[in-house]
Amino acid sequence: MNLGDQIDQAWTWLTAASHWSGDDGIPHRLLQHLGYSVLALAIAALIALPLGALVGHTGRGGFAVVSFANLARAVPTLGLLLLVVTVTSIGLTPVIVPLIALAIPPILVNTFEGIRGVDPDIKDAARGMGMKGPGILLKAEIPVAMPLILLGLRTAAIQVVATATIAAYAGIGGLGRFIVDGLSRKDYPSVVGGSVLVVILAVLVQLLFIVIRRAFVSEGLRGSSRTS
Amino acid sequence: MTPLAGGEPLIRWTWIGDHTDELTDLTLHHLKLALLPIVFGLVIAIPLGIVCVRWRWLYPPTLGVANILYGLPSLALFMIFIPYFGIGSGGKADFTIMLPLTLFSLSVLVPNVVDGLRSVPEPVRQAATAMGFGTFRRLVQVELPIAVPVVIAGARVAAVASISLVSVGVLIGNGGLGQLFIDGYSRDFTTPIIVSCVLIIALALISDGVLVTAQRLLTPWARRRHA
Repeated sequence: MNLGDQIDQAWTWLTAASHWSGDDGIPHRLLQHLGYSVLALAIAALIALPLGALVGHTGRGGFAVVSFANLARAVPTLGLLLLVVTVTSIGLTPVIVPLIALAIPPILVNTFEGIRGVDPDIKDAARGMGMKGPGILLKAEIPVAMPLILLGLRTAAIQVVATATIAAYAGIGGLGRFIVDGLSRKDYPSVVGGSVLVVILAVLVQLLFIVIRRAFVSEGLRGSSRTS
Repeated sequence: MTPLAGGEPLIRWTWIGDHTDELTDLTLHHLKLALLPIVFGLVIAIPLGIVCVRWRWLYPPTLGVANILYGLPSLALFMIFIPYFGIGSGGKADFTIMLPLTLFSLSVLVPNVVDGLRSVPEPVRQAATAMGFGTFRRLVQVELPIAVPVVIAGARVAAVASISLVSVGVLIGNGGLGQLFIDGYSRDFTTPIIVSCVLIIALALISDGVLVTAQRLLTPWARRRHA
């Protein structure tokens, strides 16, 4: 079997009408997948954005934050999932916990680096205009750091969408079902088809962030950020 | 420690002592699966990055491909190579895991090589030219050494990610220490899962330390400036 055959089989699998309806159909699995991803990303953002902004703003605890994030990056997501499943039981928690752990480091580090890297002259100007600490953070530092903050969110979102495939191992569906079930049944087209769907989703996330960047980054700042 | 159902502790310490041989083998295999791809990645990314800096128009499409690669689920990428290298552990089947990880490392390394080379200040380049350096010698003796910190920063991210990702390979029967995840999961036994997670994190931290040391050795001038 070569790549051409793989693409052929995946296409046949993807376009079969029977795969597009019911609880085991693509639309239902896609919605589950998106649901877990969005939930995990939202919780991770609620934790990491304020923490990163606070540490970047005060300049205290930066070393601890970066070290913690590096350590967290090394945690194997699948191991954490299977550990939580074994300790608790099958369900939403074992899926969401590792995904949150996966999403926090990029959001935290990029928010921290973004806020910390704001030109001191800009902060002085904000202070000169009569702003206080919180005002400087909200009206000067966060908008200037926005490209990096969005980059962190984008990295986290892509990784979460790609990794949410493991939700199948906690028995709660998602696109990973096609991959995991296909693997155990030696149903190769299902494996490749499921993978293709995840890839399409990851690409859509990247496109979404291009739109978000247009909307939320001030015109004067565009084209000034890069991957970290 | 909270006992689980059946009075089983979260970690049964004696298990570790009884399985040192297996743990050593899995750790070594894990390192091979995770770090050879970083070596392959560097060997490919450095010339590719140089080419992308020289011919600027090549970089946007290369970066686009790198971004897409980065977004692929590792499991999906492992699948693609099964028909070519097979399934299982050791020998040719290791490439089913190592090739995708090489591609992942490229998605981090290539942008960093390009950024590193672009970070060389123009006056430095001109000074090298004025000293009679040709393009090739300037690249090897001036530009690449200056790019080392940025390249190594990329290698650190890639190495840590790779060490963690190898364990996903267990789903196709070749995950290094990840083998113990399924071993523990299928028997409702937490000890192997925790032990392998801790070992994987330790491997990541040690590799990170080695790369930081390599950076110091390769850029002695950076230390002298701070001293």
